[in-house]
Amino acid sequence: MAYSDKVIDHYENPRNVGTFKAQSDVDASEVGTGLVGAPACGDVMRLEIRVKDGLIADAKFKTFGCGSAIASSSLATEMIKGMTLDQAAQIKNTHIVQELNLPPVKIHCSVLAEDAIKAAIEDYKKKQAPRVAAGSAGTAAAKPQDA
Amino acid sequence: MVAEATHTPASPKSIAIAVPDGVKLPIFMDNHSTTAVDLRVVQAMLPFFTQHYGNAASRNHSFGWTAEAAVEHARAQIAALLGGDAKEIVWTSGATEANNLAIKGAASFLRRQGNHIITVETEHKSVLDTCKRLQREGFEVTYLTPAKDGLVTPEQVTAAMTDKTILVTIMLANNEIGVVQPIEAIGAAVKAKNPRTLFHTDAVQGFGKVPFDVEKARVDLASVTAHKLYGPKGIGALWVRRKPRVRIDPLIDGGGHERGMRSGTLPVPMIVGFGKAAELAREEMASEAARLNALRDRLYKGLTARLTETYVNGSLEHRLPGNLNISFAFVEGESLLMALKDVAVSSGSACTSASLEPSYVLRALGVGDELAHTSIRFGIGRFNTEAEIDYVIELVVSAVERLRQLSPLWEMHQEGIDINSIQWTPH
Repeated sequence: MAYSDKVIDHYENPRNVGTFKAQSDVDASEVGTGLVGAPACGDVMRLEIRVKDGLIADAKFKTFGCGSAIASSSLATEMIKGMTLDQAAQIKNTHIVQELNLPPVKIHCSVLAEDAIKAAIEDYKKKQAPRVAAGSAGTAAAKPQDA
Repeated sequence: MVAEATHTPASPKSIAIAVPDGVKLPIFMDNHSTTAVDLRVVQAMLPFFTQHYGNAASRNHSFGWTAEAAVEHARAQIAALLGGDAKEIVWTSGATEANNLAIKGAASFLRRQGNHIITVETEHKSVLDTCKRLQREGFEVTYLTPAKDGLVTPEQVTAAMTDKTILVTIMLANNEIGVVQPIEAIGAAVKAKNPRTLFHTDAVQGFGKVPFDVEKARVDLASVTAHKLYGPKGIGALWVRRKPRVRIDPLIDGGGHERGMRSGTLPVPMIVGFGKAAELAREEMASEAARLNALRDRLYKGLTARLTETYVNGSLEHRLPGNLNISFAFVEGESLLMALKDVAVSSGSACTSASLEPSYVLRALGVGDELAHTSIRFGIGRFNTEAEIDYVIELVVSAVERLRQLSPLWEMHQEGIDINSIQWTPH
């Protein structure tokens, strides 16, 4: 199967790979994690969002899956950065299919990326629920470090 | 823009590996799918396109006689490698047709004797799908499950035999994992239990690669093909025993060629090429097997010395020279193939097929789906070199390391999290 140039670009130069767990300057309460897929199905995506002032300030991913799955999650992290949670929740898999020119057999990769975004948002919101009463402390603005 | 922070020891970006002198890209290392035609085979074929182009069935002129003599010479060349007699060779278009002819032809002819067929779950699709069709026509088929190493035992086969068993069909060597079945012991056991039960073997992958003799294996029918053996595509053969005579119904009716079992004008140049390929294989099998085994071991050791969490699928001991089927845990197969774009290999991952299910062969061995998705089949052949092996080792090691940095499963494994303890959401 021939891959589109965009899939190859994301596969060879994946954006935003990693995890916020490794970053000491990131408060765990700012992070929402979506872990979707299954090893037995051949693809697992983990997408993390870091939310500040209602905006997705940063995103990270790691993916076990084919080139199209890696590209879909890499693209998803790019798309959601700077968005509000509501905006990010509106992203549909068809946006990813279009952007990456995915063939029909790879559409499930884009669906998984959409699921990962939604799961990360949900996880973040769940973490906030008990905090609302306590009042958000807010952490010092810290840009992620260059590796 | 937010910077690309990775927080991993090395960059997840792909890095180019220098191509050593003497290595030309792309490298073909998928010799179980097909092989390049040996130039000596091409040379033997050429005169039969433009000079000796007669129809081998023409009995009245020298063009026909020359073609017929060439076909008979090729029969003798195949028989010399296969055992048995030259007259027992029935030319077909390839192994798929040979398997169809053997199984459907025997089932049809022996319908009154019984309706039970025995085969193995790891057979080629041309055997399995043929058996499935016969099931729809009222035959009963037993699919034996091999052991973890991919092998079946003679006892397993005879235990499944009933007085209705007309045919046992078991491959010589597997196309995915390369394991070589104990075909002589199985043949002896089948015949000891019931001499009237026919024994067929799909010998395609093992023919000319490992010692195989139709008499020693006591087979009645054996399928072979040229293009896995450095011969041309489009020509195969079914060996059909004459003593005692094995009768099968033809699939193709016509002019009564090939003792009535397979009508159709013979493709003389292809047959000449098949004969030459068999002759070369017979002369060079021992030395070539030693060389390919050494290359396979070099590849295996080179990969496993530098990568942990690798698993060979199937027996390493009872295996075709040149075959390595190995899983690189936590790295999905198709993504690895993408990194190896200048090396032709194949994967048992679902993503390489339209079905979205991983290899049925690995499943039959009890390899978990999560590992089956990470398997790669290397098929080293006559024209691969040591320099190519060394380059492929570098490429695979670098790609697996990079993709593991990208893999959440690898990260969990490193942190000591049991992947199986997580509640996954199958999709």
